[in-house]
Amino acid sequence: MTHLDRRTALVALAATVLAPAAPAADWPGDSLYRIAPRLVDQDGRAFGLADLAGGPVLVSMFYSGCEMVCPLIFETVALARNVLPAGRRERVRVLMVSFDSERDTVAQLKRTAEAHHCDAGWTLARAAAPDVRLVAAALGIQYRRLPSGAFNHSSDIVLLDGLGRITARSARLGEVEPALATALARLA
Amino acid sequence: MHPRRLAAALGLALSGLAQAADYASLPGGRFDSALPQGDAPDAVVTVGVAPFALRRTPVTVAEYARFVETHPEWRRGAVPALLADARYLVGWRGPLEPPPGAAARPVVDVSWFAARAFCESEGARLPTWLEWEYAAAADETRTDARADPAWRRRILGWYERPGSAALPDVGGPPDVHGVSDLHGVVWEWVEDFNALFISGDSRTQGDPDRARFCGAGAIGLLDRENYAVLMRVAFLSSLGAADTAGTLGFRCARAQPGVSP
Repeated sequence: MTHLDRRTALVALAATVLAPAAPAADWPGDSLYRIAPRLVDQDGRAFGLADLAGGPVLVSMFYSGCEMVCPLIFETVALARNVLPAGRRERVRVLMVSFDSERDTVAQLKRTAEAHHCDAGWTLARAAAPDVRLVAAALGIQYRRLPSGAFNHSSDIVLLDGLGRITARSARLGEVEPALATALARLA
Repeated sequence: MHPRRLAAALGLALSGLAQAADYASLPGGRFDSALPQGDAPDAVVTVGVAPFALRRTPVTVAEYARFVETHPEWRRGAVPALLADARYLVGWRGPLEPPPGAAARPVVDVSWFAARAFCESEGARLPTWLEWEYAAAADETRTDARADPAWRRRILGWYERPGSAALPDVGGPPDVHGVSDLHGVVWEWVEDFNALFISGDSRTQGDPDRARFCGAGAIGLLDRENYAVLMRVAFLSSLGAADTAGTLGFRCARAQPGVSP
């Protein structure tokens, strides 16, 4: 382990230990932070949904092997963030949770994040299959795995407020729905 | 370790004790689902169902009452809106007081999240749709009675029962696997209820709704004569995970009796 690696690891550890994560019971009743799926990000760090609390978060789901709609989901999320001027858009975090527990490894998530030029505000996450089902159920996203390993899925983009409450959602791709843009402008 | 996972692990360790629920072993095997299992939304693809164990009866009110006693976070009034709607356990007299005379009836007015938490507490999980459909294809003598018009008529007869009638107690006549009440008592949650999205009109299945769904689009019903299954799928696919209904209960499944799901 290099000095830098160790420092990064320590900072990550400190963030985990010191993060003011409220117990689940302290979040509003309709907060997404009431569920506790075990997620791992594109850098291999374990985290919980509530670690994103404190600011607006755009949440959607995808899988790296998806060639048709998923790239469009990434584009639409980026478009939504870019509705805000530089300096404010950075306040909006992005969480993309993979449907594909099998093939979206940490290394694959990393490659996908790079392919979509995701900046530091983006978190791509993987989880075990039951936790993926839990996240999708809480978000109202539908998906099914096909024998080929591809997934059918709905492609909602959900906006959470700082307390994890769903404030806006959009199923339209390629453009930012006005309601989503308005909610973003209000929150960020 | 997350407390709930720890509880699940403990539940697992304790399974086999007197309190453990009664599961039947189902051999699985080749199965033609009424829903498309292949990549194309309009072709029958025979799939393999792995052997699994399924609760012989739906979870009862008495069993659910024991669960909320030991899991206060699932008592009525304590469950956040994200995890169950306002109807949750609506018929109960209090958070620990189920309706009188209902002990042996299937518990209803529970959300998917709640059903899942219950199953986790006994080291199990909800069955997948495919497992449920496979199990529900049986009758008293056959593992797959679906082609028999009498099988279909019997199920459709239940659908015609007025919704106001009181639910029967669990423990109807067991099928060939030793499982009861898959039809005729309540609808049941499945783990992947949110995988059952179907096109609103099955005639559009060659023209999937690509605007909403990535990939092959919404699925159509392959066996359009099989209204018994169609109605299940239509109902489940209309639900959100926090929804509850007075006719909707659940049962749990696991890989093998006493083995991790």
